Amino acid sequence: MTEARNYTAAEILPILSARQLRDGMVVFAGVGTPLLAATLAQRLNCPRLTILFEGGVVGAFVEPGKLPPSTNDQRCTRRANMVLGSSDVLLLLQRGYVDLGFMGGAQIDQYGNLNSSFIGDPAAPKTRLPGTGGGNDISSLTNMIVAMKHEKRRFVENVDFITSPGFIRGGTSRRESGLPAGGMFRVITELAVFGFDETTRRMKVLALNPGVTREEVQDNTGFTLDFDDEIAITEPPTETELSVLRELDSERLFIA
Amino acid sequence: MLEAQVEPYDRLREKMAGRDRSLREKVMSLEEAGSFVQDGMKVGIGGSTMSRTPMAMIWQLIRQNRKNLSCSRAIVSTDGDLLFGSGVSDHIITSWFAQGILWGLSKVMRHHVEKEGKNYEEWSHMGVGMRFRAGGMGVPFLPMRAMLGSDVLGQRPEAKEIDCPFTGERVLLVPALNPDVALIHVQRCDAYGNAQIDGLQFMDIDLALAADRVILTTERIVSNDQIRRAPDQTKIPFFCVDAVVEVPYGSAPHECFGLYEPMMKHMEAYVKQVNADPIEGMQAYLDKYFHGPKSWNDYLALIGMEELLEASQRGRSIYND
Repeated sequence: MTEARNYTAAEILPILSARQLRDGMVVFAGVGTPLLAATLAQRLNCPRLTILFEGGVVGAFVEPGKLPPSTNDQRCTRRANMVLGSSDVLLLLQRGYVDLGFMGGAQIDQYGNLNSSFIGDPAAPKTRLPGTGGGNDISSLTNMIVAMKHEKRRFVENVDFITSPGFIRGGTSRRESGLPAGGMFRVITELAVFGFDETTRRMKVLALNPGVTREEVQDNTGFTLDFDDEIAITEPPTETELSVLRELDSERLFIA
Repeated sequence: MLEAQVEPYDRLREKMAGRDRSLREKVMSLEEAGSFVQDGMKVGIGGSTMSRTPMAMIWQLIRQNRKNLSCSRAIVSTDGDLLFGSGVSDHIITSWFAQGILWGLSKVMRHHVEKEGKNYEEWSHMGVGMRFRAGGMGVPFLPMRAMLGSDVLGQRPEAKEIDCPFTGERVLLVPALNPDVALIHVQRCDAYGNAQIDGLQFMDIDLALAADRVILTTERIVSNDQIRRAPDQTKIPFFCVDAVVEVPYGSAPHECFGLYEPMMKHMEAYVKQVNADPIEGMQAYLDKYFHGPKSWNDYLALIGMEELLEASQRGRSIYND
């Protein structure tokens, strides 16, 4: 990001993510950027967006300046329509009530598989990561948006370990694995917005963020990216988007 | 890899038949309740992440120097660190293990898994939930559709993929988990153990039904008459419960819905200390906060009046318009 821009990488992620949501959707959000993005969308152009949290919340309406530190904290329930047990809210995904799942990622590959479990050999890991939480459930059972930092070591050809499945090995392998529903829909980074090819199920660039070049995106990615012939350029964050976002996270838990 | 130890149904019923399920008072001290937990037992832990953690009971088990507990919980936070770091547990079944999303990776978990060979057995969040639910239902497994195609499943030979006998579709069967004892913290219950939970219930109802014994810690003990005035608020029936311990601020420094939010200054200081040195830092923390205090109230005094009051102010604000 150059000096001239009036926003940070941590701010553009929730803003571009929020733009992917449509009013009336039911979305299942993880903590951090996803929660911030879903709440931002609710404040801007999706007042009828229903947010679910794996802690058991249906219809969250989080207060500005009081973002929950996890999806299991009491702050998540503020002005919600309902609270359920964690298993029951996760089962709503399985039944098919949820339009989109929304989470962050530590490591992603060309097929949109996410790793949040192990760096290195799982039998003798170099790093044991925190694990799936509800990530595996969400990505197994609905369409996914992932918002994450764009670094070469995070965008790898094949993840060390598939914690949360994208399109597994591409093509029809996801369905053949027993996951006929859902799949990776969008990946949002500070460099670009990505989708997945309908046939190969490989990641491709849909739009570049303002001021970002194709080369910059490719150089920061550990596998060869596909580019559509016509690549859109994303509109920069508006003053309204930035001011609402900064008001929501006035404690700067996630956009610091 | 061990096969999951699913209790044969005869055994499950036999153990249930041997429990005193009568309407009786069961109020006792933390020390007395602690004796229900023996070395090597399977211990289910209620709440999730930093919420309604049965911290006082965990505190007691660490003080009693229990060993080789196999612990299970929806999601673990610093409680997971403390169980590994104190040597009380060498096996934790959960879906996510770090101090909290704000703090990145737990160096304590990493040290014990990467260097000490302790077992963090990872299931998806729903996977943990369906295991408790099967346990609570008295069936040996439940089918589910997540985890398929992932390496999380690849690490879990205890789960079985089958073709559904009705549709031919691929489904996953996860084995029932019936802990020997469950530790659950609630806002209030009566002396019999009728427990009322405000706010998020997490997996606590399934866990209470699944476990062979339940130790309930509670912010306060109320009369049975008070319970009967709002029976719809009762989430765990008395006959699941074997011990009732009144422990105000029993989740500190984590939160208890409607009463107190997490004590973030304490949490941040803890994370800084143990992540800087997962062995010495943890030992110093345990010595000061777990082994040092004479009582739970002494422990709370160490956390500090100011922190407790701030957490309470934030906790109660959930009911403000």
